[in-house]
Amino acid sequence: MSARTERKTAAAPAASARIEITNLTKRFMTKSGEPFTAIRDVSVTVEPGQFCAIVGPTGCGKSTTLGQVSGLDRPSAGVVHVGGHEVRGVTEGVGFMFQADALFPWKSVLGNVMIGPTLNGVSKKDAVELARDWLRRVGLAGFEDRYPHQLSGGMRKRVAMAAALINSPRILLMDEPFGALDVQTKAIMQTELLGLWEQMRPSVLFITHDLDEAVALADRVLVMTSSPGTIKESFEIDLPRPRGEVQAIRHEPRFLELQSQIWSSLRDEVQRAYAQTAGAA
Amino acid sequence: MSTTNAVLDQSPVSDASAGIRIGAMRARRRRAFWLWTARLGFAVFVIGGWQLCTAMNWVDPFFFGQPSRIWDSLVQLFTKGTEFGSIWGDITVTLREAVYGFFLGSCVGVVVGLVLGQNRFLADVLGPYIKIVNAVPRIILGSIFLVAFGLGTFPKVLLAAVLVFFIVFFNAFQGVREVNPNLVANLKVLGASPLQVARHVTIPSALTWIIASLHTAFGFAIIGALVGEVLGSQRGVGLVISQAQGRLDPNTVFAGMAIMAVVTLAAEYLISMLESRVLSWRPPSHSESAGI
Repeated sequence: MSARTERKTAAAPAASARIEITNLTKRFMTKSGEPFTAIRDVSVTVEPGQFCAIVGPTGCGKSTTLGQVSGLDRPSAGVVHVGGHEVRGVTEGVGFMFQADALFPWKSVLGNVMIGPTLNGVSKKDAVELARDWLRRVGLAGFEDRYPHQLSGGMRKRVAMAAALINSPRILLMDEPFGALDVQTKAIMQTELLGLWEQMRPSVLFITHDLDEAVALADRVLVMTSSPGTIKESFEIDLPRPRGEVQAIRHEPRFLELQSQIWSSLRDEVQRAYAQTAGAA
Repeated sequence: MSTTNAVLDQSPVSDASAGIRIGAMRARRRRAFWLWTARLGFAVFVIGGWQLCTAMNWVDPFFFGQPSRIWDSLVQLFTKGTEFGSIWGDITVTLREAVYGFFLGSCVGVVVGLVLGQNRFLADVLGPYIKIVNAVPRIILGSIFLVAFGLGTFPKVLLAAVLVFFIVFFNAFQGVREVNPNLVANLKVLGASPLQVARHVTIPSALTWIIASLHTAFGFAIIGALVGEVLGSQRGVGLVISQAQGRLDPNTVFAGMAIMAVVTLAAEYLISMLESRVLSWRPPSHSESAGI
């Protein structure tokens, strides 16, 4: 099982960035020994270079879906193809941004960003150079020697973003990456993410429960049902690109129109999910 | 600390900021003064009280010793030596046994802890046995080691190592278990091999726990060496103590205790230095709480 790959140059061959999820089902065993279906028959195709957001109520299996695409987890049924190859084991050429901090507290900012190329077998000197370059791109030049605990939440997210993008992934998986940030920082980070994405154009699967975020960033928004999760509806977001300031788009009539369309689809699911958890409690 | 200084440095040097700075410095100095006064007062209270109680014969100095006579015994030990030679020789012997035992026990503890922490099946198989062995009063093993290996250094090293092993092992094991799964997932997505996961996540993460355990572990290494010597030996502070016990001389027993306490404190200081060097990435509040 060779995990290392030759590093892809910036413009990855288009077809290798297609994500095809077919009839994906994932069941878990609960502690009481009963099977629990997290997601059922999920089928999604993300075209190369597409920014696809998934919204859904709490606990509908959004993160589970990402786990299957990254190869960190195995599906109970169905398959995931990335670039025409079935996912078995960890998918190559993937960048992952987690909801919680996934920075190494014992590594400096530079060390954190360097880890991607280092694991790919890039020499230390080149890795340092690349990491410095990426820290410049996310606006953290001069912070190389700091440790994560010395940074603000937004700065830590920038480090995580640089670390996720440094290997020029053809696929970017994001699991509520800005969920824990305050509203202003979140808007800034979203704008920066869009800027970087427009330069590199990886295929993105972006999970969020923030509908505004999904509409502002994505080409396509998928709504998931409450548990067991499956894809309910798909909405094309035809807002023009480049979108520029995320906060400015929110006031455009087309944005509001799309937002309310999707919300009417999502609302039922959110209410049902709420009723489920309230009933269980 | 450094950030507040930086903020102060950047602010324009006005009378107000200078005044605040001087005020803060004064407050800090005042606190340090009272802190040390109180500390000294506490020592005077305890040792002076002991001296007073024994001098007034409220407590029998024959059984409980007396600070002034303990001091005399200490002077005696360091100037005249013991019946076996210089006290430094005894300290060296005991320290050597403790240090060897400490290294042996902590190395084995770290390795076994890391391995079992990462291998759930093996951990489940061996778990109950480790619990049983941990429940055994291991200090008694000293008698067996003495019978098996004689009066030399080796049985003491072994006893110290056994005591150290369990402390370090449990911490290393727990440290591996407490590894943030997000970090492991992050590294795996980047294509890390199991060995790379261990090198970049598991070991650095467990190191916090391991190093914290070394403080306690060294104290136990000293205990192991001393108990081993009391059980039977030809040199060492433990032997000095057990001989003094035989002569019904509590002051020399206390003197031996004091010597080993100083040695342990010195070792503690070295371990703290190692800790602050290896764990320099931690937020400062963390190491401050560890210092208490």
